[in-house]
Amino acid sequence: MDAKLDAGLGNAWANGVISVRQLSLKYGRGEKGVLALSDISFSVADGEFIVVVGPSGCGKSTLLKVLAGLLPRTEGEADLKGTPIKGPRRDIGVVFQSPVLFPWRSVLGNVMLPADVQHLDQAEMRKRALELINLVGLTGFEHRYPRELSGGMQQRVGIVRALIHDPAILLMDEPFGALDAMTRESMNVELQRIWMERRKTVLFITHSTAEAVFLADRVIVMTPRPGRIGDEFAVDLPRPRRLDVMNTEKFGAYVRRVRAALNPGGGGLD
Amino acid sequence: MRRGPISFVLRLVFIAALLAAWEAAVFYFQTPAYIVPAPSSIGYAMYNGVASNLYVSHVGATISETLLGFAAGCALAFILGTVVALSRTIEYYLYPIIIMFQAMPKVALVPLILVWFGLGLTSKVVSAALVAFFPLMVNTIVGLRSADEDRVNLMRSLSASRWQIFRMLQLPNAMPYIFAGLEIAMIFALIGAIVAELISSERGLGMLMQSLSFTMDVAGQFSILFILSVLGLVLNGLVTLVRRQVLFWDTSRDADANEASTTKGEVY
Repeated sequence: MDAKLDAGLGNAWANGVISVRQLSLKYGRGEKGVLALSDISFSVADGEFIVVVGPSGCGKSTLLKVLAGLLPRTEGEADLKGTPIKGPRRDIGVVFQSPVLFPWRSVLGNVMLPADVQHLDQAEMRKRALELINLVGLTGFEHRYPRELSGGMQQRVGIVRALIHDPAILLMDEPFGALDAMTRESMNVELQRIWMERRKTVLFITHSTAEAVFLADRVIVMTPRPGRIGDEFAVDLPRPRRLDVMNTEKFGAYVRRVRAALNPGGGGLD
Repeated sequence: MRRGPISFVLRLVFIAALLAAWEAAVFYFQTPAYIVPAPSSIGYAMYNGVASNLYVSHVGATISETLLGFAAGCALAFILGTVVALSRTIEYYLYPIIIMFQAMPKVALVPLILVWFGLGLTSKVVSAALVAFFPLMVNTIVGLRSADEDRVNLMRSLSASRWQIFRMLQLPNAMPYIFAGLEIAMIFALIGAIVAELISSERGLGMLMQSLSFTMDVAGQFSILFILSVLGLVLNGLVTLVRRQVLFWDTSRDADANEASTTKGEVY
């Protein structure tokens, strides 16, 4: 698997599934405009798990919105599978900070939403939805409503919904940010399992350094005002990773590297 | 607040005590029946009215005026509310007119409506529709605009069309607001119908109220007030019944159904 990863990294610039070059984005115009993203360049290989980590206000959510086609970029290029991003596309799945479920739809109904919007084959999608619901351990809850589920269960529905139309790329915007620390860790293990089974290209955004290192093939560290890339490195830890990998010296070294990029002065008081 | 069966009995006792005090006061002060009648004479008037079949056709007239006015007013309110909510341009041009009408006491228009639509059923329906119109239109606008930004972004990220965003997100999301508006609209329609009947009519509880007033039958008038109150509760209950079926997923109002006036979306 490491060999495959290395090959992917080598070809990254040539045929990235996601490739971004000198991207910048400005909110507002002229003097009063705020530069949210500045000179962002990176590339993601097919099947790669990329984590973008940074403090709040560093523009990481803005970056995700640009890739999802929800915000137009000001300058630079952003391609998905070799074609420029011009608006929302059907070959991506987005998972948001909150589960964003529709309370009037059942679990199955929520998972089926992309299929309904995109007029996909109902019978086939229903079968797929039930498989995916089973994959995240929610079998038996298909006909329950969101208010009957815990926060962790709701976010699982949100993730499964993003997978239903079989998108090549999964964009995840701090999906576990609202969960408690313990639920969050078990969701990380579960997400890794889903990813290893389905092999999507994932761009995952977080402000947690431990979550970033635990999940990532490669970490991109973003620094704020304006949002730009501070560091970028591959995480060479064997998969499947277990939670106790966090206690290893190697894991600690990666976390320190993220922290060093975020706090160039050492992180003390000035 | 949890209430047991004992509190319920106490509540009935309280109401009974109030009626007894009223009866006693009328008897003690020898109040003339044409000013304040005793509860017992109101009850007697009610019994007479029911036994002589006096109320039936008038109640029927008032109910049909109210329901027809409610249906017409709400249909128009929903359509116009949707158009205004979805188009900023249309909203810009209609806004001053809407504000003007909203500030105006709609019942002041009723004499004109009688001139335009005659003394029959039509003028009562138009009056009921006019009064019922605004609470639903305002709630429809607020409801359709209240869709959460993340949910809109989710729909957009799936390449949903504007019609799909309306049908799958905005409309179901607006339903709690729309039903809050419908509950008020139903009571307002009853007000509109009664006011038109009071001014000039051939049938209906408002007309009956007027004719009993001319004969100084105050006990009869009180019995009609009681009927109107029950009618209001029943009509409102109909809307609540439908709401419970449609909005099974909305938990925001189950907590205390009595606090109807503090519900979200009731901006009018």
